[in-house]
Amino acid sequence: MGTVVATAPPQSRPRKLTAFWRDGDKISHLVTFIFAASVFLVTVFLVYELWIHSGLSRAKFGFSFLTGTTWDPNTDQFGALPFIYGTVLTSFIALVISVPLGVGAAIFLSELAPPKLSNACTFLVELLAAVPSVILGLLAIFTLVPLMRQYIEPFLKHTLGDLPLFQGPAYGVGYLTAGLILAIMTFPFIISISREALLAVPREQREAALALGATKWESTWQVVVPFARLGILGSIFIALARALGETMAVTMVIGNDTGIHTSLLSPGYTIAAMIANNFTEATGDIFLSSLVELGLVLFALTMVLNAGAQLLIIATTRKGSRQD
Amino acid sequence: MDQLKRRNILNNIMLTLTGVCTVITSSALFLILGFLVYNGWRSLNWDFFTKLPLSAGEVGGGLANAIVGSGVLIVIAAVIGIPVGFMGGIYLAEFGGKTFSMLVRYTADLLNGVPSIVIGIFAWTVIVVPLHHFSAWAGGFALSLMMIPIGLRATEQFLRSVPNSLREGSLALGASKTRTVMSVVVPAARQGILTGMILGVARIAGEAAPLLFTSFNNQYWSKTLNEPTASLPFMIYYLAGSAYDDWHRQAWAAGLVLLALVLIANIASRWVLSRGASAQRG
Repeated sequence: MGTVVATAPPQSRPRKLTAFWRDGDKISHLVTFIFAASVFLVTVFLVYELWIHSGLSRAKFGFSFLTGTTWDPNTDQFGALPFIYGTVLTSFIALVISVPLGVGAAIFLSELAPPKLSNACTFLVELLAAVPSVILGLLAIFTLVPLMRQYIEPFLKHTLGDLPLFQGPAYGVGYLTAGLILAIMTFPFIISISREALLAVPREQREAALALGATKWESTWQVVVPFARLGILGSIFIALARALGETMAVTMVIGNDTGIHTSLLSPGYTIAAMIANNFTEATGDIFLSSLVELGLVLFALTMVLNAGAQLLIIATTRKGSRQD
Repeated sequence: MDQLKRRNILNNIMLTLTGVCTVITSSALFLILGFLVYNGWRSLNWDFFTKLPLSAGEVGGGLANAIVGSGVLIVIAAVIGIPVGFMGGIYLAEFGGKTFSMLVRYTADLLNGVPSIVIGIFAWTVIVVPLHHFSAWAGGFALSLMMIPIGLRATEQFLRSVPNSLREGSLALGASKTRTVMSVVVPAARQGILTGMILGVARIAGEAAPLLFTSFNNQYWSKTLNEPTASLPFMIYYLAGSAYDDWHRQAWAAGLVLLALVLIANIASRWVLSRGASAQRG
């Protein structure tokens, strides 16, 4: 579009201005540029606002905010460690369940299922990803929590009760229940991205392995999966970022306990749940500022994970296309 | 020979296990849907759609204000989010230079990954703090931020999939670039863009976390956009956490309505896209 302007003969100043405004391409370039730039600016502004509004808390606690274990609004003592611990622990539980389940299903959908069945199942799983978090929380409160309290947690204590992980009373709410809900929310991401990565593996790789006498499973597990490993890893990163930032469902089943507990059956807290429960009721500037700083910590965690995931996924797709 | 047998057995076991994983993960949606229909169906009546919530402990009432409130929030979010996503996407696909487009693309992905509760904090600092009260504006703004990256990337992606020969044909006929984009490229990609926008709406329709401290909640009708506004997701959270059976009943009903809307929007977007694909092929 620059050429149109360049060919217009240089004229007096008012003419130039009208020529500029008559030239629609310049204007549409400018207008669309403003909208695109607003996306960039609003994101920068978001980080800036989080930084400014957490200033009070950052000034008072410094880095000890991240390692402090007491959260006491009465004495204005705020440490984020119990919530960071709860966030990481529930996300870890979620991945322990959703990674084998998700990768297993992705293998079936890409390697064994006929394309029609594969697409139908993937569609169902992607719809599952669209289920609002608050609805999963609602289901969890009235179905999963009683189930955990009456059957699963007593069973775990009965069989694995010697481990420090499965001790204490069975409340039904707590790290394990929150982890289970997060597993349901994360495996759709693992399945749909891993399946794409597995489908991008060249056919020759499979055929070569089978021709060497490998069984279907050996060809899949030792050739196809390693070939797609970066994409699968990327999907796990994305799932992890989702799990860390998940709010509503976790808030409804985490149990709201500000301590650090080794037992998975114990009630706890996550960063997002802490913010959700206390933000509107926070009295005192330093309390509010600490909650915003929790948000900043959460933002930083998910940002790093998402960036890592993107790099991994870009790396796999590049590798796939080079092999073709 | 023995080893071959072992390998074959392992093969069968592992492949069966992957099948089991698929059955579990694919059936989860039906389980969720089944529970919601089972628990929510009986509570869906005319009152639910037309009446206001009653005070705690009373039996009856409905969530009319939350249904309307959700609609209002979605409209505000769409009015802000769709133009920004659409125009920004056009910039990225048609006008943008390399470096700045990369930057916008990266920040859009970043914004897409920001936890919804953090978006809520941001909207609170920008709108609620200066105005000193919760409002539909703040809630709608928060939701629009979640919608923008989806619309932006969908618009860009589908504009890029339009063949260059179409652009060249239009330019060769003497059309300006703006004219080419608006009359040739965007219409060719309209199904894809529409799909992206519907998916964006479906995503924000169910979000409760960004509304917790932006639009908050309201037991009554909100007369202006400048006061706290009830919404379905917030109501589900609020009612489910209460101690009254009748409120739980309404939470189930609200959950069923919300899930139905979200799933219908998702399925509709697929349908639009698949229709577009077959029309292009035909």
